[in-house]
Amino acid sequence: MNLASVLSADLPYWAQSLLRVLGGLVAVLLPAGTVVYLFLFKMMSFMQSRLGPMEAGPQGSMQLFAEVGKWLQKEDIYPARADKFIFKLAPLIVLASTFLLVVVVPFGPDALFTDFEAGVFYALAVSSVSVLGILIAGWASANKYSLLGGLRAAGQLIAYELPMVLAVVGVVIQAGTMNLQQIVVAQNADSMFGFSGLGNPYVITQFVGFIVFMIAVQAELTQTPFDMPIAESELVSGYMTEYSGFRFLIFFIGEFATAGVFSMIASVLFLGGWSVPFSWFGWTTIDSIDNWMNIVGPLILFTKMIIVVFFIMWVRFSYPRFREDQLQKFAWKVLIPVSLANIMVTAILKVAF
Amino acid sequence: MFASDVLVAQNIGFAIIATIMVIGALRVVTTNNVVHAALWLVVVLAGAAAQYVLLAAEFVAITQVLVYIGAVMVLFLFGTMLTRTRIGAESDLNNKNLFFGIFVALTLFVAMAMALNSEFGSEKMPANPAVATTQEISDQIFGPYLLPFWALSFVLLAAVVGAIVLARRD
Repeated sequence: MNLASVLSADLPYWAQSLLRVLGGLVAVLLPAGTVVYLFLFKMMSFMQSRLGPMEAGPQGSMQLFAEVGKWLQKEDIYPARADKFIFKLAPLIVLASTFLLVVVVPFGPDALFTDFEAGVFYALAVSSVSVLGILIAGWASANKYSLLGGLRAAGQLIAYELPMVLAVVGVVIQAGTMNLQQIVVAQNADSMFGFSGLGNPYVITQFVGFIVFMIAVQAELTQTPFDMPIAESELVSGYMTEYSGFRFLIFFIGEFATAGVFSMIASVLFLGGWSVPFSWFGWTTIDSIDNWMNIVGPLILFTKMIIVVFFIMWVRFSYPRFREDQLQKFAWKVLIPVSLANIMVTAILKVAF
Repeated sequence: MFASDVLVAQNIGFAIIATIMVIGALRVVTTNNVVHAALWLVVVLAGAAAQYVLLAAEFVAITQVLVYIGAVMVLFLFGTMLTRTRIGAESDLNNKNLFFGIFVALTLFVAMAMALNSEFGSEKMPANPAVATTQEISDQIFGPYLLPFWALSFVLLAAVVGAIVLARRD
């Protein structure tokens, strides 16, 4: 009995739930740790001609544990005039939004938390919940900089949620489903102009949608050049100014775990997700896929995620910040019209062919 | 007492969520802090989304989260924080039309309860309700309900145009 057949066995409900909780923790914390070490510590250092952390472990690979340990042992402080309950609640809402988001990501033919019919729609809906946490974090801190940061974040996230939703609509039209698992299948079972060696990853046919989606993701994650909410030269640290210790750690994990999860969703929507083109192994439908894909699939998705995060971080470390009015103009006057045009063209081509 | 066609788990879930919603709704109007009131309203709206899930209407539930929690409540909070940002209790939050409001709320409750009761009566949900797919909902909206959908679109368009007119200075 090999590992693959164990994974596809029928487990009792409690065991499935336990596995799902553990899987959710891994799927949130592993990308967060990888992104922070690989890109925030190492890649940023190399781009700035320095080595980054080198002391803790080989190549500083244990630095992350040192950092987490440092944050955990700090005193839990809050401003005297803060609204304490809401101040404590806010980081948890942000992190909860990340956990809700990872639930719909498919990792393999059977390796998924839930096979949700309206998966894409669900992902876009729960990702907007984090705005609430950021907004009340800014308000409850009783600090002008925090409040300004929270308000900027709300304005920015609402503005960029629209192009994100609209960019995904193109993929949904082309795949004919909102189920993320079926979007993966549609990309890998399909062929481009009769050539099935690559499947039909939507990054090629939906290139405009992909670009708009990635720009919107960059803004949703408040990464430079869209980091007005935490602009350190203007607002100290925006809505996170008053947070320290493990509450800051929760925000920090939330930020980079969301980067990982959004990259996974981008890989699922545009890069073919966990699968390889079905023609490679002679698969035709999702039921004919071999069980070992439940092991290999998550690794493939993880690799694609790292590639997508690489681009997000590359842009982050390369460009200066937008101005607030430029940011709003860019969303409403460029991204939304472009994605609307993309929807129209996709719909026309879908009907025509 | 418990007939076999009563869905025990669903009813327990409904009762728990409904209790939380009622408490949340009461706190919305009794708390003396505007932002707290808005957050209690979030609890009520999230409870409504959970009830939709219990009714096997996942598309409506997700729409509830996207529209009400993700957009409407964020705008509510945005507005209150821009205009009145005090932390702590405020004293003058009660409106003088309080009792008229309670009267309207009770009338609305009775009217809706009677309407639902006369429409559905003792009808029960099937034990394994089929989840309404997005496709079925869109077929309904763009089929039999096309005209109301258009009418609603015009209402929204009017609101958008009105907002632009209000926001323009010249």
